[in-house]
Amino acid sequence: MAEDGRDESLATDDESDHTALSLRFLPMLCGVTAQMLEEGSTLLRRMEICVAEAEKRNGKNTVNMQETFTVYLVETRPMDAVAEGRNQAPDSLWRRYSEFELLRNYLLVTYPYIVVPPLPEKRAEFVWHKLSADNMDPDFVERRRVGLENFLLRVASHPVLSNDKILHHFLIEEHGWKEVVYETGFQAKADSRLRALSATFRVRNPDKRFMEMKHYSDELQSHTSQLLRARARVADRLYGVYKVHGNYGRVFSEWSAMEKEMGDGLQSAGHHMDAYAASIDDILEEEEHYADQLKEYLFYAEALRAVCRKHELTQFEFEMASQELVSKKQQHEELSTGIVRTFSFKGMTNKLFGQEAPEQREARLKLLEDLIAEGEEDVQEKTVECGEHVERAWVDMHRFKEQKDKDLREALINYAVMQISMCKKGIQMWSNAKECFLKM
Amino acid sequence: VGHLFCFREAGLTNGTPVETSSPASTSSLLNRLQLDDDLEADIRDPYAEAAETRDLFVTVDDPKKHVSTMETYITYRVSTKTSRVEFDLPEYCVRRRYQDFDWLRIKLEDSQPTHLIPPLPEKFVMKGVVDRFSEDFVETRMKALDKFLKRVADHPVLSFNPHLNTFLTTKDLNKRQGLALLSKVGESVKHVAGGYKLRARPAEFGAMGEYLDTFNQKLGTIDRIAQRILKEQSEYLTELREYGTVYSSWAGSEDELRRPLEGVGGCVTTCCGALEDLGDGMSQDILPVLREYVLYIESMKSVLRKRDQSQAEYEGRLEAAVLRKQEDRTPMPLEVEKCQDKVECFNADLKADWERWQSNKRHDFKQLLTGMADKNINHYEKCQAAWESLITLLQDKQTEDKTSETN
Repeated sequence: MAEDGRDESLATDDESDHTALSLRFLPMLCGVTAQMLEEGSTLLRRMEICVAEAEKRNGKNTVNMQETFTVYLVETRPMDAVAEGRNQAPDSLWRRYSEFELLRNYLLVTYPYIVVPPLPEKRAEFVWHKLSADNMDPDFVERRRVGLENFLLRVASHPVLSNDKILHHFLIEEHGWKEVVYETGFQAKADSRLRALSATFRVRNPDKRFMEMKHYSDELQSHTSQLLRARARVADRLYGVYKVHGNYGRVFSEWSAMEKEMGDGLQSAGHHMDAYAASIDDILEEEEHYADQLKEYLFYAEALRAVCRKHELTQFEFEMASQELVSKKQQHEELSTGIVRTFSFKGMTNKLFGQEAPEQREARLKLLEDLIAEGEEDVQEKTVECGEHVERAWVDMHRFKEQKDKDLREALINYAVMQISMCKKGIQMWSNAKECFLKM
Repeated sequence: VGHLFCFREAGLTNGTPVETSSPASTSSLLNRLQLDDDLEADIRDPYAEAAETRDLFVTVDDPKKHVSTMETYITYRVSTKTSRVEFDLPEYCVRRRYQDFDWLRIKLEDSQPTHLIPPLPEKFVMKGVVDRFSEDFVETRMKALDKFLKRVADHPVLSFNPHLNTFLTTKDLNKRQGLALLSKVGESVKHVAGGYKLRARPAEFGAMGEYLDTFNQKLGTIDRIAQRILKEQSEYLTELREYGTVYSSWAGSEDELRRPLEGVGGCVTTCCGALEDLGDGMSQDILPVLREYVLYIESMKSVLRKRDQSQAEYEGRLEAAVLRKQEDRTPMPLEVEKCQDKVECFNADLKADWERWQSNKRHDFKQLLTGMADKNINHYEKCQAAWESLITLLQDKQTEDKTSETN
């Protein structure tokens, strides 16, 4: 299915890719793997997807200036080939982060009733001092690779999104994909920010459930970001505590040189203190996975809010259309019966300067009748649009809630497991040191 | 004789180095009292040998505050159990305050200048900075006083000092103190006078001095590291507390996730408590002992200096005597011989005390560092238990949910 060139950089060692794939699934994806198999006929049942590698490229950007950027290798393989154990080379193509963004923006506009999975962060945030905030840093690139893979897997396992043609193209057609996306004209369909904001303030009867959900999305965002910040500070401090213990290693070593019987015990204990100080690096690196899981839901909160705001918009437009229709009907009634219910300048001038000629009146009545017919169609359309959105969005928000509860629960359990592992390591190290002290 | 109280004259030993076990006078004991005492005796440790032959047991405990019109102070109960004939009764119980201990130490230093006297905890504390009557401070000081007294009681020579006897037995020490204070001044003046220059310090004492200096340095470093760790842990604790509250507040906006989030918040809080205990343990049990050893080193160095002085005096007098002898053939003055005795006594006592000090030091630091390791292990064990019970709780809920789903 891939028409374009396979790079030399294409992984030739398929077996290691396959195992690497399943290993890569585990740390990041908690519930996704199981979910894939449970969902209906999502794309993922038919196709194995992964983001295998990352590479630096040089090229010209939109303003014709040289820049360095990273590309990611997206590999796909039909599921039946995998199941049969055929050693088929995966199809692959390179994508930049901006292309992932384009895909996501397309999905956001095309499926405004879906809580669209988020991308990994564009720039490193919530860093604690040892972590690099540099986008080119290899650790950051690696975590982003995992995040992009996670994004694709979530989209490909979604009952609605997985059927999208543009998504399929993205995975399979390297060249010309961008043009195809633009051709859909999705950008024109995008709601203007101003319109959306205005709707939020002026909508009168939004669905209560959506308002609650919107409030919840604010809470989710606030809490996850607070947690991420607090965790980063804790990591920073914990790092300091462990590292200072390394100083014991040095002083015990120096001290042991001047002792006779105590020397050996002190020296070995010193080594254990050094090991203790060094152990924090791995511990905190593992914790970054936990942070990434929290970040995903931080960004998910925004996607959830977007669905709620779309509801506000559709509801508002329905309300506006209804109001418009009511006003037109009223005008028609006033004109035909001559009874003025509401104040209007036309009515006033009529009173002051006399009524218009019957032909003019007829013309205006006819116009109004046309407008009313149009208006009724419009209201009908808006009702459907609003109603459909509510129905579909409610389904997806429910799906999202279940996914979130499951994923975060597992993330918390894994966090507890990590803490236990850290405690065990600490006990081990200090017990080793204690044994050395006893030999002093 | 003056202030010199060489044990040779008291007829206890003949000036040869004394081992850690009790001197010949213990043969006059009738019984050995068996007492399970607070010292953690490691059976394989030579330190413990001394414990088994001990016939003088002292304890400092039960601090009480006394308020009078003039001052407020703390007294401690000093209990003694002994089978020694030097004591009239087998048991004593008296109350002493810090300045009584100070008195004892000064008397010991003056009457046993050739011996290393264990240190007391710091005398002066800045009134504004440290609360002299806080439970922690009093507890720490009491432990140090207990240690001091036990070390003196375990010393084969110091434990027979009559001032110690007085300290342990006399009901009201104040009267005795008054008299003692006067004589104290006179004695210390005698120490300073001398001004002889030392020619050749024996290598072993030079080595002791160097060891003490280096060891002092190392202790200083360890103290700084321990304090730095305390500081870092305290800052970590502050952030950790905040971190725990975020989980709890998030739990408020969730339904299914409420329990897991609260659970995690609870575990974090438990870990905070454990960390606090660790910090307290370090400041109460570890740091004071480190500081005490610095004082011990100071004492030891001062004894080494006195030894140098007495050797210098001897050398000086000897030189003068030799010159005079060459001139008018007078016999070696008694004075010079006495100096020689003094130096030899001093050297022997010092060597013995040095060995004892080294052995004690090894034991004390073994205990100290093991204690530190235990505290840390204990801290992690508490945390691990909390997290493990959370997982059990959450996984039980999970199986609960699964079975209710399938039903």
